[in-house]
Amino acid sequence: MSTTLRPTPGPTEARIRTPLAKARGLGSAKSGTDHFWLQRMTAVANTVLVVVVLVQIVRLAGADYQTVRAALKSPVLSLPLLLLVLSGVVHMRLGMQTIIEDYVHTEGRKVVLLMLNTFFAILVGLTCVYAVAKIAFGA
Amino acid sequence: MANAETQRTKPRPLSPHLQIYSPLINMVMSILHRMTGAALYVGTLLLVWWLIAAATGPDYFAYVSGIMGSALGLTVLFGFSWALLHHMIGGIRHLIWDTGRGFDLATVNTLSWGTIILSLGLTVLLWIWALAAKGGA
Repeated sequence: MSTTLRPTPGPTEARIRTPLAKARGLGSAKSGTDHFWLQRMTAVANTVLVVVVLVQIVRLAGADYQTVRAALKSPVLSLPLLLLVLSGVVHMRLGMQTIIEDYVHTEGRKVVLLMLNTFFAILVGLTCVYAVAKIAFGA
Repeated sequence: MANAETQRTKPRPLSPHLQIYSPLINMVMSILHRMTGAALYVGTLLLVWWLIAAATGPDYFAYVSGIMGSALGLTVLFGFSWALLHHMIGGIRHLIWDTGRGFDLATVNTLSWGTIILSLGLTVLLWIWALAAKGGA
């Protein structure tokens, strides 16, 4: 976006303040554009990784145990899959955080749900890593 | 204090909300983007389950495979795959919008219709491929 940095019109005091002051203060949430940026960056990563993983998982449709194990042992599938899990859980945590903040207005309930959201994302992420690692390094 | 109490019981006027508007395609796509995102959030448990099954052993894997290959399982997986593709294509639409482009009405409508047509089309193609691969194996 091409927003030009120009002083805000108004009294002399206000006029010498550029948008940089707001940017330094990181806005009201005090986290700046981190949420937005991380959501977009993981979105781009997910798009590429979903295609790479989906193509391989569709090929495994109806496959037996040994075939699936062999596929998951190979870094051709397990590496992009783990990258997708990592990028995916970060992305979905941010997305669900936005949904919670949009619809839950009771402070206590909101804080609890935001906490559970993070727990869920980490649980899903580490369980996938555990399962893939067990298959990849196991006998 | 007493005044604040009476004011709280009196409902405040609200601005017109969603049900007032007739659905427009970009609005429907916006809602679907959030819904598919939330569905995928829960749907990650399917991936977790499948990976745990593969890590556990042949018997449990066969059991989970059986459930996922049943009519109900395939229906859920079909919905999951559509949600994934729809959210992905919708996400690309949002990335285009993030660059500040495509905000004129004609482009908004094209991108919105394109999202649903592409997501449904790709899902059907994906399943034709998956079922053909299964039949061939």
